Amino acid sequence: MMERFDVRLAGLGGQGLLLAGLILGHAVTIYDKRNAVQTVNYAPLARGAPSRAEVVISDGSIYFPEVLNSDVLLAMNQSAYDEFKSQVKPGGIIIADTENVKNFCQSEETYKFPISKIAKLETGRTITGSIVGLGIISIITGIVTPSALTNAVKTRAPRGTVQTNLRALSAGLSAMEK
Amino acid sequence: MGLKLKSKPISELEYIKWDPEKVVYAFSQGNETCAESAVLAGCDFFGGYPITPSSEIAEVLSRRMPQEGRVFVQMEDEIASMASIIGASLGGARTMTATSGPGFSLMQENLGYAITTEIPCVIVNVQRLGPSTGGPTSPSQSDYMQVKWGTHGDHPIIALSPSTIQEVMELTIVSFDFAERYRTPVILLMDEVTGHMREKVGYPRQEDISIFTRSNELPESGDYKPYDLSVKSGVPPLISFGEGVRYHVTGLIHDEYGFPTRNRKEIRDWYDRIYRKIDNGLDRILRYDLYNLEDADTVIISFGISARTGLEAMIQARKKGRKVGMVKLLTLVPLPEEMLKEVIANVDRVIIPEMNRGQLILDIERLNKKGIDIIPVNRYDGEIISPGDVLDAIGGC
Repeated sequence: MMERFDVRLAGLGGQGLLLAGLILGHAVTIYDKRNAVQTVNYAPLARGAPSRAEVVISDGSIYFPEVLNSDVLLAMNQSAYDEFKSQVKPGGIIIADTENVKNFCQSEETYKFPISKIAKLETGRTITGSIVGLGIISIITGIVTPSALTNAVKTRAPRGTVQTNLRALSAGLSAMEK
Repeated sequence: MGLKLKSKPISELEYIKWDPEKVVYAFSQGNETCAESAVLAGCDFFGGYPITPSSEIAEVLSRRMPQEGRVFVQMEDEIASMASIIGASLGGARTMTATSGPGFSLMQENLGYAITTEIPCVIVNVQRLGPSTGGPTSPSQSDYMQVKWGTHGDHPIIALSPSTIQEVMELTIVSFDFAERYRTPVILLMDEVTGHMREKVGYPRQEDISIFTRSNELPESGDYKPYDLSVKSGVPPLISFGEGVRYHVTGLIHDEYGFPTRNRKEIRDWYDRIYRKIDNGLDRILRYDLYNLEDADTVIISFGISARTGLEAMIQARKKGRKVGMVKLLTLVPLPEEMLKEVIANVDRVIIPEMNRGQLILDIERLNKKGIDIIPVNRYDGEIISPGDVLDAIGGC
């Protein structure tokens, strides 16, 4: 039984992080039948300001709802990487978008992918990068099953964007193969 | 030592008959859940003025209420919102409004009117930093005292506080029951985090919910006293307007028929009755969950989102062999004083985490006849209290 697994998705408003957090939480609770709490932190701006979504996953009860130190950090820009890289648990991992994170330092195990570029190539829209990120998280950590994510995208992606987001997810799920 | 107190969970009220086959699970936000639960509880009328961090309640209901053939009105401000739910309730509707601190302040005058005229209604306050416009997207628990004493004059009120999304669902339903059952406004006191976080929640079907409903039955004598002093429970049945009786409704202290009075006995009897109706209901009204009290020497007492921090700290302290227990208050007003007195009488110290500069602690200190240590853990910078903050207060290693 898994006690607590903390996921932090961090970047800028406009990168689709809040939707990604919602889809991850929905996938884990409704389709993988675990517990999850999702919290958000954002400024009163739609785009350009720091934004993050956090999801705590457990097979038991979750009391404290926010993430202090994460098992996974998805860093979608440099300032998110700089701010949260030291708040990764020992043994935790960082997944970074190399389109936006250029300066790396010695820290927890880091997986580097050109996430925004993959999103742009697959869907034409960088905003789907966070969904690409979810696919990568699923493959590397196994914390959420690909089928649960697929179902959650179908349920929760805004109307008219389901196919786009499914393509982004599928690109993330196969990113390791390239 | 050796507390044998029992929890008084929401489930004991049996307002929801859970059919495991029929539960629908959703991954749902606190505000959305509050709105959907109001629909389930049979809310017929919502009058409100959207404000962060409560806006999603109005947003969801603006779509859901018309779908159900019920009424959603966006009023011109919070003063009018509060007035609208009082009027609609007197007309027979189950009513609700939702707001945050700045709006809740504007509602205080009409809140007093609803208390005095004993008109049922539910007010959701999703707390943010205050006073004034304060911090719209920052969580807070600093309206605790305002809920009790925001409107002037001696008065009882009921306030409930959820800490999980499942509790948001269940306490929203309970709020509608208590409002009708005790003819009082009920405050559902949330905060920005419980309003915006998402969690798995199980929804019952509407037909599996049974809460108090007005009978609207006219007395055989034909002599209806909307403020009858002789009713043993202290709650005279409310007959909605349009159901066959006429009566007077005023914010002035009134006699049994609702007409203003200056008769000293009538004035005293009226105050005593509105307090008596709540006192008589305490066994039902007071809801709390207790954890690990049996051997506890230290007890954390908290509510809302801070109770989750308290529970996490309790579990971490227990892993280190510390004898820490927890009281999670679901009913905040009135406070479960007898239970709290017994806890205080049997432990060495209590810790009160709350996201304000110390409000609940004032009420706990009042119950501390034995003079044990009461340790505050306060945070009022827009972040929630962390388990580490509470563990620091517990001390040791």
